[in-house]
Amino acid sequence: MAAIRVRDLRKSYGHFEAVRGIDFDVAEGEVFGFLGPNGAGKTTTVEILEGYRQRSAGEVEVLGHDPAKGERVLRERIGVVLQETGVERFLKVAEVLELYCGYYPHPRPVDELLALTGLEAKRDEIVKKLSGGQRRRLDLALGLAGDPELVFLDEPTTGFDPTARREAWDVIRNLRSLGKTIFLTTHYMDEAQVLADRVAVISGGRIVAEGPPNRLAGRDNATEIRFSLPDGVAAGRMPDLGPATVAVEGAGVVVRAHDPTPALHTLTGWALDQGVVLDGLTVARPSLEDVYLELTADAVGNTG
Amino acid sequence: MNADLAIAARQLRFEQKAFWRNPAGAVFTFAFPLLFLIIFSTLNSGARIADRGNITFVTFFVPGIIAFGLISACYTNLAIRMTISRDFGILKRVRGTPVPTWAYMAGQVGSSIVITFMLLFLTVGLGVVAFGVDFRTGTVAGLFLTLALGASCFCALGLAVSGICPNADAAPAIVNFSIFPLLFISGIFFPLDTAPHWLSSLAKLFPMERLADGLQYAFDPRTPGLGFNGGDLLGLLAWTVAGSILAVRLFRWDSAKT
Repeated sequence: MAAIRVRDLRKSYGHFEAVRGIDFDVAEGEVFGFLGPNGAGKTTTVEILEGYRQRSAGEVEVLGHDPAKGERVLRERIGVVLQETGVERFLKVAEVLELYCGYYPHPRPVDELLALTGLEAKRDEIVKKLSGGQRRRLDLALGLAGDPELVFLDEPTTGFDPTARREAWDVIRNLRSLGKTIFLTTHYMDEAQVLADRVAVISGGRIVAEGPPNRLAGRDNATEIRFSLPDGVAAGRMPDLGPATVAVEGAGVVVRAHDPTPALHTLTGWALDQGVVLDGLTVARPSLEDVYLELTADAVGNTG
Repeated sequence: MNADLAIAARQLRFEQKAFWRNPAGAVFTFAFPLLFLIIFSTLNSGARIADRGNITFVTFFVPGIIAFGLISACYTNLAIRMTISRDFGILKRVRGTPVPTWAYMAGQVGSSIVITFMLLFLTVGLGVVAFGVDFRTGTVAGLFLTLALGASCFCALGLAVSGICPNADAAPAIVNFSIFPLLFISGIFFPLDTAPHWLSSLAKLFPMERLADGLQYAFDPRTPGLGFNGGDLLGLLAWTVAGSILAVRLFRWDSAKT
């Protein structure tokens, strides 16, 4: 059974249709990345799944329940980590966790929550005195208080320094290895590429791409071979590289080929023969970020 | 059900912890009424009120301060606290958990009532010990029923008003402005027996006057029986019903417009 099932979901605000008929499934135990620029309908969709907003049309099932009904049994099984949600400022970290654990029938022990999010040393700190990164980790711990089967993570690492981000990624990987389903919204494409089993990109209220991040990145896109030629060696001296395009971009040369192996073979063979050094030679497929920017380019600047 | 009662009790316990750790809340809600009591009772220590059967000023003032403490804890503090919780997204987070609405609200309201009763005991204790107030045991039933209705009424109004406050910054101004003019015309800090008739009639429309008058009635040595003032109790009951309807309609969990 799918953890989340969405069919032809629509949401209008007055005359503006923010979500224009989207479909997707999230399998149990999967990390699903939900990407899109601001104003694309991303937050609206997530908040409909979490039960904060009512849809205008379509079908939505979360763990077999309709989230619009606001049933307690569903809230007991999901964890929600929102952006910019506050915590009682004058309680200690362990006290807030104890309070929230008390809301659930089968909570995860406070000590485990502290360990999972690296907050052991801060257990007796007043929430008001935590740093931004520590607050975000507390958000995560509170979202996991009920030991949920499905966790919604909304921009979980925004504002983290690189070390803290890697640590948060480890937490998310831990959750995945515990068999939890994770619905991840993020602005960071590297985060989606590293963590998500599958991603969907929403733009202008529609899903414009869906699939495993690597396949999405490789989709219809040629591999790029980049290098610089030494002074005095013109690009025109290069041999014919078969069905590939060659472009000079600034000081470098970019070869785009759907099958890079023969092109690379010919290129490096020629370079060795001629004693030409291919400075900074790289072979890479476009990143998820490149693909994302291309997919969402039309929508950027349209809405707030 | 029992589990939900435990949730409400835990919520109350943690609300209390948070209240006492927040200097602004503790000073304004708790210290202010006691400070008023000490200052005004000392200034008027020998005074008697001729219009009220020559009772001492303190016998008039102690129930007024009890009313003021109740309004501070149940209305002012609750309304500002809930607006801050909403504005900071605490209420939205809570909404995403399985906690039943009634249990969460019981914790909030319960915390205000605990503060009210602490103030009651301290005010009466100080009045009796330091200023020689004669505490009447015969009218305790009337005193407590008035307090219970007053607490329900002002907690409901506090929750309702938090729904009107646009954000945490505006809340103290709106909440205090809605209360202070009425406090002064309600005979809480000084008797209004010689005030123009239209003013006292106006004041009687609002629950502040009803609460203060009901409590003063229970403290008045001339009061017969158990101390139930029917008019004041009915007035508070009507405001409790109106306040509850307003609270249900106006209370918001999320500051966002949609």
